[in-house]
Order: sequence, then C-alpha cells, then structure tokens
Amino acid sequence: MIQYSWLIPVMPALAYAVIILFTRRSKALSAGLSILTMAGCFFLSVGVFLEILKWDPSQPYPNLSWVWLHVAPWEAHVGVMIDPLCANMLLVVTLVSLLVQIYSWGYMHEDERVSSYYSYLSLFSASMLVLVVANNYLQIFIGWELVGLCSYLLIGFWFFKPEAADACKKAFVVNRIGDMGFIMGVITIGMVFQTFDFAEVQKMVTDGIASGVYDPTKNHYIAGIAILLFCGAVGKSAQFPLHVWLPDAMEGPTPVSALIHAATMVAAGVYMVARTYTLFSADPISMDVVAWIGGFTALFAATIAVAQNDIKRILAYSTLSQLGYMIMALGAGGYTQGMFHLTTHACFKALLFLGAGSVIHGVHNQDIWKMGGLWKKMKITAGTFLIANLAIAGIFPFAGFFSKDAILDAVKESTVWHHEILYAAAVFTAFLTAFYMFRLFFVVFLGEPRDHHAYDHAHESPLSMTGPLMVLALLSVCAGWLNWPGFDGYSKFVHYGDAKPAEFDWTMGWVSVGIALAGIALAAGFYYWKTFSAEKMAEKFRPVYLLLKNKYYFDEMYGWFVQKVLFGLASILHWFDEEVVDDGMVDGTGWLNRKMGGLLSLTQTGYVQNYALVIFGAVAVIFLLVSF
Amino acid sequence: MTEVPVVHFLYLAAVLFGIGLFGVLVRKNAISVLMGIELMLNAVNINYLAFAKYWGNGNLTGPVFVVFVITIAAAEAAVALAIVISIYRQLKSANVDDAHNLRG
Repeated sequence: MIQYSWLIPVMPALAYAVIILFTRRSKALSAGLSILTMAGCFFLSVGVFLEILKWDPSQPYPNLSWVWLHVAPWEAHVGVMIDPLCANMLLVVTLVSLLVQIYSWGYMHEDERVSSYYSYLSLFSASMLVLVVANNYLQIFIGWELVGLCSYLLIGFWFFKPEAADACKKAFVVNRIGDMGFIMGVITIGMVFQTFDFAEVQKMVTDGIASGVYDPTKNHYIAGIAILLFCGAVGKSAQFPLHVWLPDAMEGPTPVSALIHAATMVAAGVYMVARTYTLFSADPISMDVVAWIGGFTALFAATIAVAQNDIKRILAYSTLSQLGYMIMALGAGGYTQGMFHLTTHACFKALLFLGAGSVIHGVHNQDIWKMGGLWKKMKITAGTFLIANLAIAGIFPFAGFFSKDAILDAVKESTVWHHEILYAAAVFTAFLTAFYMFRLFFVVFLGEPRDHHAYDHAHESPLSMTGPLMVLALLSVCAGWLNWPGFDGYSKFVHYGDAKPAEFDWTMGWVSVGIALAGIALAAGFYYWKTFSAEKMAEKFRPVYLLLKNKYYFDEMYGWFVQKVLFGLASILHWFDEEVVDDGMVDGTGWLNRKMGGLLSLTQTGYVQNYALVIFGAVAVIFLLVSF
Repeated sequence: MTEVPVVHFLYLAAVLFGIGLFGVLVRKNAISVLMGIELMLNAVNINYLAFAKYWGNGNLTGPVFVVFVITIAAAEAAVALAIVISIYRQLKSANVDDAHNLRG
C-alpha cells in the first residue's frame, strides 16, 4: 500500500482539475467526485497507517522521492515520507476532510457555486496532504502556501459580502507576514546545510551536536533558524501576535471553518514544528520562545472568548486557545502530547463547528442571544455538541481529558524558563475553557428561547449533516483511549527519538476535572440557574468587559499601524518615486538629451558656406598639427 | 638670363588659392562661389606645373595630372551650373543664403 501513498495527495488535485474543467455545471457530480476521491484517500491512509503500525522502528521509514528541478549540482525533490507522525496526520486530514465534504452537501447544496466550493475543498485537501507527506523543506513550503491560497478562496467564497472579502484578504496578508520568516528560515537552512531534505538536515544537526562540532550553549544560530521557521507557524496556526485573521475567517462557510480553521490548516504550524523538532529541541532558547508564545496565546484567546456573542467567534477563539496549548506542549518538550492533542482536538473542534453549522442552518442566525432552548428541537445536534463540550473541557473519560492533562503534565515537568507560570496559566485557561464553552452550551441549547420566530423555524438537520456529527462524537469519546495510561498506544506510535511514554499523573488529572467542573458550575450559575447576573458583572467591570469584547483592541492597533505608519511610509516612498525617479531621473534623462541635441543642432545652420568654412578650418588645424 | 625662382610660382598659386577660397566662403551669389572654386583648381594646377618644370626631371606625371584636373574642373562646372539652375527654378534666387532648408 505504501508504494501507492503518493496517490493520496495527487487524487484530490486531480479531482480539483476535473471539477474545474468538466463538471462545473453539475453540482451533484462535482460533490460526488470530490467526496468519492476523499473517501479513496481516507481508505488509502488507513491502509498506509496499518502498514506503518507494523513497521520495525529500526528500519528507515519509507521515503519516495522524485526530482522536479535540476540546477546543477543541486536537485529539488518532491516526495512522500511516511513515518508515524505523517501517518497520524494523514488519518486526521483525510477523515475530517471526508466528513466535512459529506456535511457540506447537506449544508450548502442550494448554493449556486457549490461546484467551485467542492473544487476548492479538493484543492485544499491536496495541498494539505502535499504539506503533510513532504520530505523536504521546499515541499512543505509549497504545501504551506497552497493551503494559504485555498484558505483565501474558501473564506472569501461569498466574496460579494464585503466582510468576507476583507476577511480573506486579511487572512492571506497576515499569513504572508509569518511566511516571510518561514522563507528566511528555509533559505538559511539551504545555505547552511546545503540541502533541504528533512532527514539529511536532522542527521547533520544531531551529528554536529553529538560530535561537539556545534555547541548549542555558545552558538545560537540553529535557534535563530528555528525561530524563523516558527514565524511561519505563528502565522499559520494563528498564534499571538498574528492571531487576528482567524476570528475574521469565520466569514467563510461553517464547514470550511471546521475543516481549515479548526482541524487541519491551522494544525499545519504545529505539524511543521513537530517535523523539524530536531532544530527546535537543539537549543532551549527556541523551545522557550515556542512554549511562551503558545501559553500566552492559550490564555489570551480564552479571556477573549468569554465575552463573545457570535457562536462561531467563540469557537474561533477556542481554537486559538487550543492551538496555543499544542504549541506550548511542543515547546515544553511534549512532542507526543502536542500531537495527541492535535488529533483529539481535530475530532471535537470539527464536531463543535459542524454542530454550530447545524444550529445556524436551523435558526439562520449566529448570535447566541437570539437562540435558546434548542435542545428540544435539535436533539442530535445538541447531544453531539454536549459530548464535544465535555471533551474540550477535559472531563473524564472523554478525549480532551487525556490529551489536555498530558500537556499539563509535560509543562509541569519541563525545563522551560519559568514554566511554573506557564503551568498556572494553562490550568487557568482550562478553567476558562470549561466556562466559556458551557456558557455557549447553556445559552444556545438550554433555557428559554429568546427569539421565538427563530425558535419556531428551527429544525434538526438532515442525515448528511448529523451523520458526520455522530461519527465525530464517537471519536470525541473514544479517541483519548488510544493513549490510556498503561496502554499508551499513541505514545508508543508517535514519539520523538527514543522518548518513552510519559507517566500520567492521575492526581492532577482528577484535580483538572475538578477545575473544569468548577468552570461548568460557574457558567451554570450565570447562564442556567441564573444565580449570578452576567449583565451586572459586565456593568460592574465595564472596562474589563469592553477590553475583552473588543479583543484587546488588537484589530484597531494593527489598523492604526497599517493606516498611519505603513501607509505614511508608503506615501513618502510614493512621493520619492514620483518626484525623484519619474520626474528627475526618467524625465530628466530625456530633458538632458533634448538640451544636448539642441546645442549640437546649432552647428547645422543650413548655410553651405558655413560648412565649407568648417572644412577649411579643419584642414588648417590638421596642417598645423602635422607640421609641428 | 637669370631663372625665375620656383618660389614665385608658388606665391602666385598661393595667392590665387587664397582669393578663390575667399570667393567660396564669402560671396553671396552661387555663380561667384563656382568661380572661386575654378580659381582654386587653377591655383593648384600652377603649383603642379611649377614643381614639374623645376624638379620633375622631365617626368610627365605633373602635367598629366594637370590635364586630369582641368577635365574634371570642366565637368564639375557643368554639373554645378545645372544644380544652380535647378535651385534657381525652385527658390527664384541664386543667393546661397536662401538655400537653408537643411537648417536644424
């Protein structure tokens, strides 16, 4: 099966081409082609996974590679490298993509441009898979940029809405800022190591450190490279300070939010850090940077989520926060823990978004304060949403419990600078996560309906939508059991180097469940039993409330920066370009030419006798020169 | 009888050449310019013949060249006059200063 693994990224790309070229007019054909292709990829991924499961770790993992560019003496490769990390990602990406595509039919089949939508979804899947199977830095960069493009196309799918048009541009531009660092990192790697291949670079770094040639305590340039690469992850995985595009990306269709901005594309940053872990773990400085940015993002986003009123925005900030957890885990040395949380998070976050989509489909609204009491009307949606909530809050025995507590343990045991502060922040974030997620649940699904018109109209979604919800709900319950302490199936499969499965601290596990339950209880106090009043709290702490609601005014700050500083600088340069370059140099050269020509043309008087005089004068001069 | 020194012929030729040059550069009428050209050509002829007689040792190269020059001067005068007549027909004037279309 592994020899066919190259088909996994290729098939969706072909589906994209076929849809664009041939099946545009037929919505059903395009959707069917896309879904079937994705199903094929999923089954191939399962086959690949099963083979890798039985692989002997002492043998090198399969690495198929083809040359696509030859600039002597260097060759650019495109290839497929399947190791456990990759096999894990293949399963996640193909499964979530398949479920989202099936769901999209139920959600969007009335839209006129659904064929284009499915073509973009296929292109996105192909790009993400190219990124995941990459065996060298250039290929991962190609996939990186392609997923950014597909994100732009999909966020801006309803481009006639000005908010969507703005959002897709914002996503792409902010991503690009991170990519600048990423490109610099990739180029530096090419210059320093003379190769872009992951395995070769990894070997050079480990050999360099082992032989003492490279001493990380004295020479920090590998940390520099790692931080440059991390800039890309900050952009792609929406970490602080490049987090601003993700909430706006909610302007896209909800299945897109589920696929791209919850489960796969934003996970690409985490995946990239894991792939290049040798570079990151070589120097504690890069690990500290990664861990702190992750931890800060986690807490920062969670505080904002508490004050949001749009169902998708709450989920977007939740995604930011959970991505922060993953990045923090990687920075704290928790390679396995970070990737495990990526896997479980993909399940329950996709479920949350698809559930939100189901709700939006039912009430035609995204404001949670116009919802309420939907449990009675949308039982499957509500039930699966509750399961996802329990998972994300980290309640035993749902998926989030195992992955989140593994991360907390990793941070506690790590050697990151002041990791105890990070640990405290992470635990508080867990409390906040439980609080705002259940705030969402209580307001939307329980209590009394707030908008009776919307409530009356609400209905359960069709099977094409509830089916994926149920599959994901099942996974949200069971996925955590892959790494049940003692069994440690996941840790034995996906690990860095010779790392042994970490000890699971059951005491802390129960403490975190307690903290999560406290968060849920507080949310119930505010929004279900109504013992406390949210409005009074908001009034009493109005400045804090406004700060959180307006996302710490970061959009306004960036807007000011772009408007005043960037455009100011741009107008100065524009002036320079117009006045000095255009007028001075370009026009000036012309002017100079004409003036010189004018001077020279004075010799052409038109009088033959003047010419004869000049000839005679020249003869006289030559005569004098010759004779003296 | 004492010989005429060769230098006297050269002086004569030089003076004639100078007068011819003056005519070419200064005179306004096109025919006067042509007359100046003829004068210059004949001055050159005198020069050649002077040298041929005094220092030629009977070599006929000088006089032969002079015959060539006379012939060409005649041909050139014919052509030049034809051109002057053409210009006169266009410009209604034989003044060289009026033929300045190539000014620029």
